[in-house]
Amino acid sequence: MIIKIATALLLAGVGAVWQGLFWAILAIGVYISFRILDFADMTSEGSFALGGCVSATVIVSWGWNPFLSLLIAVIAGMLSGVVTGLLHTKLKIPAILSGILSMIALYSINLRIMGQANTSLLGEKTVISEIKGLLPAAKDMGIKDSSLQTMVCIGLGLVFALLVIVLLYWFFGTEIGCVLRATGNNEAMVRAQGANTDLMKILGLAIGNGLIGLSGGLVTQSYGYADVTIGVGAIVIGLASIVIGEVVFRKRRSFARKLAAIVCGSVIYRIIIAFVYQLGLNTNDLKLLTAVLVAVALSVPVLKKQKVKVRREV
Amino acid sequence: MLTITNLYKTFNPGTINEKIVLNGLELKLEPADFVTIIGGNGAGKSTVLNMIAGVHFPDEGSITLGGVDITKLPEYVRAKYLGRVFQDPMLGTAADMEIEENLALAYRRGKKRGLSWGITKPEKEQYVELLKTLDLGLETRLTSKVGLLSGGQRQALTLLMSTLKNPKLLLLDEHTAALDPKTARKVLELTEQIITKNSLTALMVTHNMKNAIQYGNRLIMMHEGKIIYDVSGEEKKKLQVSDLLEKFENASGGEFANDRMILA
Repeated sequence: MIIKIATALLLAGVGAVWQGLFWAILAIGVYISFRILDFADMTSEGSFALGGCVSATVIVSWGWNPFLSLLIAVIAGMLSGVVTGLLHTKLKIPAILSGILSMIALYSINLRIMGQANTSLLGEKTVISEIKGLLPAAKDMGIKDSSLQTMVCIGLGLVFALLVIVLLYWFFGTEIGCVLRATGNNEAMVRAQGANTDLMKILGLAIGNGLIGLSGGLVTQSYGYADVTIGVGAIVIGLASIVIGEVVFRKRRSFARKLAAIVCGSVIYRIIIAFVYQLGLNTNDLKLLTAVLVAVALSVPVLKKQKVKVRREV
Repeated sequence: MLTITNLYKTFNPGTINEKIVLNGLELKLEPADFVTIIGGNGAGKSTVLNMIAGVHFPDEGSITLGGVDITKLPEYVRAKYLGRVFQDPMLGTAADMEIEENLALAYRRGKKRGLSWGITKPEKEQYVELLKTLDLGLETRLTSKVGLLSGGQRQALTLLMSTLKNPKLLLLDEHTAALDPKTARKVLELTEQIITKNSLTALMVTHNMKNAIQYGNRLIMMHEGKIIYDVSGEEKKKLQVSDLLEKFENASGGEFANDRMILA
């Protein structure tokens, strides 16, 4: 039994790490809208798929450089965030509904972009194949090709995660970044201090969805195919990573460490998922499991408070 | 300094909840005027402040501040001229941000914000000195989250933030109403001290008649969206709470002052 679990863990761990790193950027994007802006942004579901579709399409149809395709994915994601922001701030549509409208619209847009429901990247250039091309062949290093592939993915994932953390740490320390943080905290105060809260929300949603688009592009390229349904549940997966990170790394006060905790949360989430697969979970039950996980994690602080109250009353 | 001309505002026009809150209000403030505003519930006191701040826009009339017509300017644009302290201590500060970050936000009021650091070293030293003047021990807690402070501390901090860049006009909307009497007195003293030191022009809404008489150089009583009593200088200094109650009853046609005002 113990051996079985250990093997399951090991198998789960390897693939889970690089997946977790690529998905972590989605989680950071969700963190910006959900935690910093206090905006439950459903656009993520669409912008994640959008990043993948755009990235795959420019690689396959136009033969563009896969790294450049990621930049396009970021820009596309940012645009979708801007649309949600405009719907919410200028047309006064409630936050949740603005996101849902963008999400639904993006479903059709993604189909239009690819012209079909999925696109294979088999034999195409991807960021992973490009990096692998720079390294000596796996055979020469005496390792299996799949191991090299995994190592490249983990390396890329680390580089991108680190890059995103450094960039965001810088940005949220700047004057505009401070105003953005304050906007999620207290809009009335930000306006009283002379900053345009509408603009800040649009900017925040653009940054969040830009990162989510990047994550979609990376995940798509590493999986080897783009699919319009890949974004289903993206916001919940992002939230799961955030809450796991928060639970495991409590009392992380500095911003950079909070972001690092999210990355770890995302990796842990993937390990949990891979582990329960190994133990025989039906793939179809995954979303249910994730939803329960997030619901439980989000309710822990509330339940803790109630427990304290009950104790006091007794 | 501030000129309000013929200001009208009706909330929910055309419905059964229609309410005329400002009914041709006229008000002129001189530089360094410290004016207290009293009046019953629904007299339009807070609405005047909200009109000046740009939270609501008037149906008719104009507001000029220091020669600039601000009637139609968005709230965040005119914020560069104004300092504001709200009734709710939670409203003036960002709870999840540090004391120094809050001050840094206020320090950039009216300035274009860019991608330089949100807070600089020399600023921090300046904040320590400023926080010392509050005498609340906040100068040693620069990196504490504002959410950890008490209501009185937050209100004092908001006051400091709103006056950090000398505003053309300071708007105080019952800013001590949510505090206990002792803290309220402390915050009021601080308010007066800051206003006098910087010779600020200020409008202070209050429910407390004693405070309205004690502070400021001019007192205004509002009723049904109009100013019904305006007194300043020596005459104001001699005022008694009973005089105000009498004025209020006369003006409102015998209608009794609401109990909050009597208790105050």
